[in-house]
Amino acid sequence: MKIVVPVKVVPDTAATLKVEDGRVTWGDAPLVLNPWDEFAVEAALQTVEQHGGTVTVISMGDESALEAIRKALAMGAKEAVRIYDDALAGADVRVTAQVLAAAVRKMGDVDMVFFGRQAVDGDTGLTPMYTARALGWPFVGLVSAFTEMDPAGRTFAAERSVGEAKQTIQAPMPAVVTIAKEFAEPRYPSFMGIRKASRAKVPVWSLADLGLDAPAAKVRWPEITMPPKREVKVEFIEGATPREIAEKLVDKLIEAKVL
Amino acid sequence: MSKIAVYVDHFGGKAAAASWEALTAAQTLAQGLGGEVVAVVLGQGVDALAQEAAARGPKAVLVADDPALAEYVPDAYADTLVALTPAHDIAVWVFPTTMRGRELAGLTAAGLDVGALPDVTDLAVEDGKIVAIRPVYAGKLLAKVETEPPAVVTTRVRAFPAAEAGEATAEIVSVPAQVSDTAQAVKSLGFSQAAGGVSLTEASIIVSGGRGVANTDKVPGDEKEKAQKGFEMLGELARLLGGALGASRAAVDAGYISYDHQVGQTGKVVSPDLYIACGISGAIQHLAGMRTSKVIVAINTDPEAPIFKVARYGVVADLWDVVPELIQVVKERGLAKEQA
Repeated sequence: MKIVVPVKVVPDTAATLKVEDGRVTWGDAPLVLNPWDEFAVEAALQTVEQHGGTVTVISMGDESALEAIRKALAMGAKEAVRIYDDALAGADVRVTAQVLAAAVRKMGDVDMVFFGRQAVDGDTGLTPMYTARALGWPFVGLVSAFTEMDPAGRTFAAERSVGEAKQTIQAPMPAVVTIAKEFAEPRYPSFMGIRKASRAKVPVWSLADLGLDAPAAKVRWPEITMPPKREVKVEFIEGATPREIAEKLVDKLIEAKVL
Repeated sequence: MSKIAVYVDHFGGKAAAASWEALTAAQTLAQGLGGEVVAVVLGQGVDALAQEAAARGPKAVLVADDPALAEYVPDAYADTLVALTPAHDIAVWVFPTTMRGRELAGLTAAGLDVGALPDVTDLAVEDGKIVAIRPVYAGKLLAKVETEPPAVVTTRVRAFPAAEAGEATAEIVSVPAQVSDTAQAVKSLGFSQAAGGVSLTEASIIVSGGRGVANTDKVPGDEKEKAQKGFEMLGELARLLGGALGASRAAVDAGYISYDHQVGQTGKVVSPDLYIACGISGAIQHLAGMRTSKVIVAINTDPEAPIFKVARYGVVADLWDVVPELIQVVKERGLAKEQA
């Protein structure tokens, strides 16, 4: 099987974010592989371990994207491609998906594309659906397990979350899926894996390599701001006994109209 | 007249309340852009849902009641929505940001080749553009985003007031299902037992537990057994209040409770009226997932815990002392919404 995992580099989730001159900054916090993408890489690796094949990671972005790519390679992905073009500055989700779809087509013979559910920076979670439609492939979101994987028969079935329940969906290959956190805990890269990944040469594809004209974004992000500081001053509830504390707290919550 | 269409999300015959919130946002767009609001219901045997939608203020309800839509399949539903768009002159689609709403929004926007503004908490029309505010970085920052119609918007659950129910005056219009060959090849093989209880993202009250839940000498057993009893107790309080049970990532990672309860940056982002954090220290990733809650109560033995920085009311005490008393007080004062 040939599985492609698109990944994104993001600031570490523990970073303290600031907006300076309209740009998001995170001090000296590291850039990391988007945590949701780790589950997609893990699921792809497990799938090829069971059914044979290769996992290829792709990432669109400048050289900082290599942080994400190298982590995925260190986990065990075999190949990687970075897509970069000056004309992609300001790309929206739709443009990103068109680029990713073109890259998948260029690779050829891809059976499945595994995405993380969303990136922890933009939080849109729509790139997978746009990519599926750009490829004309079925889409199955939030997969927690594959109940069937039959590359020869060109079909698979997946258990996935719809919020209130789990749904089992069967679909033909090729297909685009997103992987939920329940799928499996992502593996830690081995020492050998990290060494290999650090030496890997990652080819860079431009829009011309993909045969695309610079697509125009339809969605613009004119401004990013810090949320208004909540003026909360904590009021400590005290009492001689837990019972008294509970009574006082309930009084306060009724007063605040939340009980 | 061009239309603003709202997708009415439903599961098991019940409409997601967030659909009515999307209707409110759609009315704002209709006023700014001109045009009228329609609600769209897909499925099989959805008369009651269509009637319910008709009472929430749209001009019309478009209903595709068709065996091909009997089981929810995202591609089939999205194909039908895409096909409806030119046929009914729909300029903007509004979806509630439920799990189904989000995936249908993405597939529909892509199918129409238009831009999408997902998970917005506020929106307006300026010079013919749709301008929206959406939380990014799990709500640590806010982004202003904009696009021109035609477009797709999804509204964050609980960010807009629900359109109120009145008389079902809207016209019900039957529309066809439209399922492409690709989508026809995708089959729903069934649904597992629904988890039950109140969904975290829609709950107006959440009782949440962290590592501190297992940190007690008040109950016997090992760490896991203590944690289990602790979350049972928090779950009882949540049920009594008609709310949902949450957890910190630390508690989930320690194996105290399953991941579907996790609140935070890599769990669910919630914004209830009342969030009661028990034994949660307040890591930045957790705060990102719940800091927009209207009233936050923190119960923690450590007065220096960061959770107190976002809390309106703080209790420096052992949750094992306070929560049982809270349960008693809620019962005695008749505040319980449900028998636990």
